[in-house]
Amino acid sequence: MSRAEAAVRAPSPLWTLGLLRSELAITFRRWRTLALLGVLAAVPVLVGVAVRIETGGGSSPGHGGGGDGPAFITQITNNGLFLVFTALAATLPFFLPMAVGVIAGDAIAGEANAGTLRYLLVAPAGRTRLLLAKYAATMAFCLVATLVVAVSALAVGALLFPLGDLTTISGTRIGFAEGLGRALLIALVVAASLTGLAALGLFVSTLTNSGIAAMATTVGLLITVQILDQIPQLHAVQPYLFSHHWLSFADLMREPVYWDGLLKNLQLQALYAAVFGSAAWARFTAKDITA
Amino acid sequence: MDEGEGGVIHTRGLTKRYRGGQLAVDGLDLTVPAGSVFGFLGPNGSGKTTTIRMLMGLVEPTSGTARVLGHAVPRSSRAVLPRVGALIEGPALYGFLTGRDNLLRYDAADPAADPRTRRARVAAALDRVGLTAAAGKKAKAYSLGMKQRLGLAAALLQPRELLVLDEPTNGLDPQGMREIRSLVRELASDGTTVFLSSHLLDEIEQVCTHAAVMARGRLVTQGAVAELAAGARGRLVVTTPDAGEAARVLKEQGVGDVVADEDRVTGDPPERDLAEVNAALVTAGVRVRGFGLERASLEDAFVALTGEGFDVAG
Repeated sequence: MSRAEAAVRAPSPLWTLGLLRSELAITFRRWRTLALLGVLAAVPVLVGVAVRIETGGGSSPGHGGGGDGPAFITQITNNGLFLVFTALAATLPFFLPMAVGVIAGDAIAGEANAGTLRYLLVAPAGRTRLLLAKYAATMAFCLVATLVVAVSALAVGALLFPLGDLTTISGTRIGFAEGLGRALLIALVVAASLTGLAALGLFVSTLTNSGIAAMATTVGLLITVQILDQIPQLHAVQPYLFSHHWLSFADLMREPVYWDGLLKNLQLQALYAAVFGSAAWARFTAKDITA
Repeated sequence: MDEGEGGVIHTRGLTKRYRGGQLAVDGLDLTVPAGSVFGFLGPNGSGKTTTIRMLMGLVEPTSGTARVLGHAVPRSSRAVLPRVGALIEGPALYGFLTGRDNLLRYDAADPAADPRTRRARVAAALDRVGLTAAAGKKAKAYSLGMKQRLGLAAALLQPRELLVLDEPTNGLDPQGMREIRSLVRELASDGTTVFLSSHLLDEIEQVCTHAAVMARGRLVTQGAVAELAAGARGRLVVTTPDAGEAARVLKEQGVGDVVADEDRVTGDPPERDLAEVNAALVTAGVRVRGFGLERASLEDAFVALTGEGFDVAG
């Protein structure tokens, strides 16, 4: 017992890491998470195969057929690397944030629903510590989900199309290695674009004891915001919608890089993370756990 | 030891009113002595679980104070809870994880738990509740009894000074109940204080040294089990083939509330010496097969205290 007491007095300085590791393992070992990642990995395959079939292999796509698909789609046949950009542009408006909404919405509410929340808290995980671990795990999921799309797209692009130097939006040519670097950077920016939604989902998750309700609410909010962002009359509020600057990642393909929209996006995400992170903390640390 | 004053659990005026206005716990003054096996009794809905949740820092009291192991909760929960093992309102498990991984997860949540000894402690806890063979099975495949044991194992991951067990034998078969009871006794003999809530009176009577009774959010009584049971008066029981005659004689002898049921006549014992009552029966020609005082059970005490049956939802 004296040993137990000594341990209580001196918790490990890495006190959050054990819980974070456990949280990551829980998140990524769930069948549901793997299914979400599987769907995300399938999107570039579909896009790549569709483009390949449409163009009959090699030749430039006809301008009459496509018109305005996701960004960069017309360039895929010249360079498979563009499939990475296309796939991210295709999944960012809905598929990626929906997956994040599921994970974030379920984070606290799912544990409450299963009753495991009370046992984590009497362990005692600590409410702030648990919330931090949950947010960190959700952000890790944002990154992994984005990388799954990017890596799947890169593999499909390399298989179906030629790789090589590429032309930026500004018309300059950059080497393949630098193009890969830009692709990685874009993936990181896309992952960062999702952190605001992750904080929002976590906040919603502290409001209810039903994981399903929290997931549905978060995804519903996402759809609502995406619709609001399309209504021209609402242009005054649109710069404050978390999805407004999402597609600014394409500016990383300019030469030189056009940072304005990118910075606005990152600032907006930080703002959402701060506001809804604080709200989630205030709610969760004061909540009666009755589930 | 810093919990000398007032016991392992000590509450003063502990009150919880939920947001709907429902008063779940009303001015609870509870003292759990160190080293006791403390039975916390009450019908469903009497406020037992809300009290336990307040003691574990899950629910904020509306007013009043609670101290666990000498520290105020919920303020010092972080310091107290690693020394407390708890089973609250049944087990809750991750169905997609194995039994062993469930325990690893709960242990990782405790910042005071040493990760180097984690696997060994998990194995020991599984062994203690007899789940070693099923440790690799997914928890969703567990029976209710196995889940209950796994929940107990989670409470035993570390040496604890206090175990809070809310209805630990719920869903167990008689054999499982016996095993849990012997486990509780074993833990208590190691010096662990056990706080055991139950709505099963015989369970409390079998394992507890002390008990408290709650009804409708209020504490009805608390004290040593023997004293509580002694508080309710026993019944005089006469076994005889001449029940009618016996009942008449007993009434003459000052026995109150006489009830004759076939060959059994019972009543509240009179003040006078029972030997004289027996002599009067024999003198009146009543053939007595058995004559004696039946000790009051805790159930009698409970009914006397609350004026209600036990399984009534409050």
